[in-house]
Amino acid sequence: MFSIVHKRQLSESVFEMGVEAPQIARKARAGQFLMLRVAEGGERIPLTFSDWSADEGWIRFIFMRVGKTTHMLSHMEPGEVLADVVGPLGTPTHVEGLGRVAVVGGGVGTAVAYPVARAMVEAGNEVTVIVGARTKDLLILIDEFEALPLKELIVVTDDGSAGEKGLVTAPLARLADAGAIDHAMAIGPAIMMKFCAQTTKERGVPCTVSLNPIMVDGTGMCGACRVTVGGETKFGCVDGPDFDGHLVDFEELMSRQRVYADMEREADVEYSKECRCHL
Amino acid sequence: MPPVDETGRRRPSRAPRTPMPERDPVERASDFEEVALGYSEEEALAEADRCLQCANPTCIAGCPVNIDIKSFIARILERDYAGGVAVIKERNALPAVCGRVCPQEEQCEAACVLARKGEPVAIGRLERFLGDYDLSCDLEHRCQPEVGPDSGRRVAVVGSGPAGLACAGELQRFGHAVTVFESLHAPGGVLTYGIPEFRLPKTIVAAEIEALRMMGVEIVTDAVIGATYTLDELMSEQGFDAVFIGVGAGLPVFLGVPGENLNGVYSANEFLTRVNLMRAYEFPKADTPVWRGRKVAVVGGGNVAMDAARTAKRLGAEQVFLVYRRSEEEMPARREEVHHAREEGIEFKMLCSPQEIVGKDGWVTGMVVTDMQLGEPDESGRRAPVCVVGSEHTIDCDTVIVAVGTRANPLLTKAAPGLEVSSRGYILTDGDGATSLPGVFAGGDIVTGSATVILAMGAGKRAARAIDRYLKERG
Repeated sequence: MFSIVHKRQLSESVFEMGVEAPQIARKARAGQFLMLRVAEGGERIPLTFSDWSADEGWIRFIFMRVGKTTHMLSHMEPGEVLADVVGPLGTPTHVEGLGRVAVVGGGVGTAVAYPVARAMVEAGNEVTVIVGARTKDLLILIDEFEALPLKELIVVTDDGSAGEKGLVTAPLARLADAGAIDHAMAIGPAIMMKFCAQTTKERGVPCTVSLNPIMVDGTGMCGACRVTVGGETKFGCVDGPDFDGHLVDFEELMSRQRVYADMEREADVEYSKECRCHL
Repeated sequence: MPPVDETGRRRPSRAPRTPMPERDPVERASDFEEVALGYSEEEALAEADRCLQCANPTCIAGCPVNIDIKSFIARILERDYAGGVAVIKERNALPAVCGRVCPQEEQCEAACVLARKGEPVAIGRLERFLGDYDLSCDLEHRCQPEVGPDSGRRVAVVGSGPAGLACAGELQRFGHAVTVFESLHAPGGVLTYGIPEFRLPKTIVAAEIEALRMMGVEIVTDAVIGATYTLDELMSEQGFDAVFIGVGAGLPVFLGVPGENLNGVYSANEFLTRVNLMRAYEFPKADTPVWRGRKVAVVGGGNVAMDAARTAKRLGAEQVFLVYRRSEEEMPARREEVHHAREEGIEFKMLCSPQEIVGKDGWVTGMVVTDMQLGEPDESGRRAPVCVVGSEHTIDCDTVIVAVGTRANPLLTKAAPGLEVSSRGYILTDGDGATSLPGVFAGGDIVTGSATVILAMGAGKRAARAIDRYLKERG
């Protein structure tokens, strides 16, 4: 159960991993996520599917090494087994009848933008993808996007080392101003989604965002993932993860994402020490 | 043997109820070890000796699963503990659990003849004594209920909490092959994620579940019905002949007051899940963190509120307030839990209702409350609390835990067309648990709304009998 069947390092701290999970692979849809536990005693973390194959019975996800759990995960190799994988969870991304869409993927969120863009293309929409990263080495899945029949693929880096120099909001604004898009979908760090939502709101273009709040169970049981959308409290795990970006309280989301920042650092520092001991 | 009179008849003891040995409140409030230690053999014998062994025992009708209480106490008197366990297991697969968490004072013990004039027999403590006796035996010497001949039928049980486990045990005894699906990584439902270690050690839950596995019950974790499989797929593709839904009422209810999404505000579900299921009290040895508040306000008056308050204390809080909008009399928590909480230094703020949670830089710094007074009885029969005008004040706290109840989780029912639910999302059934879909039964909190472990178990058992009839009728 849950054997690792694939692993690829995409950048210094970003990894793609494939896991044998035939039943989940059968059901996965773009925008949905899984919960995993690396080992006994481990944390449950949510990760959004980056790809899956119902025929071959595997699912894939992409993660950035940021804390102890993702650190441990990055040390796992094909043939090893994850303790738990649960899914598919959350409401799939709405992909039908959107028309001309801009899908924006930032940083590791690009991993989620890929299956979303693919599903939108398959549903008959005209899709432009904007991929952003701090620098060239952190860009991921460019080949995969290039293989999709997109209207256009726009690459943006903060430092200009690849594609346009600047932020993803610049090409997004350009497309919106030109009247070239009917809908936008932004997936990435909360701050990026916030500015994408702002950019589109000012230009009257609807914008869906895929949120990544902290979760424990991922099935609606704990309420750790609550977000304020249009003044109402919603659960990211079951009501989302997709919401109307124009209505999301991003400041609250970002604040809530930081609840355990200090404790997580402490755990990761401890783990890193252990790792060095074992070397 | 107990003393007999000159005619050879047994004379029950008239001694007062045997107290439960408990750990010192100060000592226990700083760790997660169990509070109540359980009767020794001597204490169990002394307490059993108080039982009148009535010709017409009234206690049995007081038990939601009708355990033959008189008989198991008679077995204790004969020191036939294995026999006593067998009597309980006829009716209840989880004696070590129920002996700890059942509200016996409202059930069997309330119906005990001795309760009319004085203190009832401590039936719950005796049940726990036998349950623990069974678990202390080697695996091969434990009481294993007999499993009927294989019926060739397969039943899926959704949810491994009290309702699901009771249903699974009963169905397996009838000879059906049972697979239990659990959405979390560990089985037990509320017994595992909700009730804290110091009230119900997880080794006990695990051991009782292991006993079900030994009977042949298969448990599949990490399977969310409604997501990983739909109800329909269980019946059509996975080949189950019937399904029992016992998923509980797992969605937390919040207060709906401003400031509720500040950092430091937890649902009791989240707080307890982090601590119990994920063992956050062992962080960083366990990987899941929990915010350890210095001053904690718990909102609510039920057992879950008591569990949350006592857990917060054990995590090192200097002050824990229990904020409840009615008076102590109306509190739905068990008296025993209230007593334990008080002993451990939980400060009760009764007739007090939250209006707003206030914070600074995204974190809780206090809770604005108003005093309440009791007015006319409401639809629940309890006197409705009314705000006292101008009584607003702020409780200084850095953590708020909301324990005001739960509601139905729509995850399964939304993916099950044709399954009739109430306007509040609870599954509609007949008295035996049959739903609007043929072969699909339900019981426990997902039918009744939040209730107790034993009521859920009773519903699970009733449904198991109905499923057995359904399978036989279908031929």
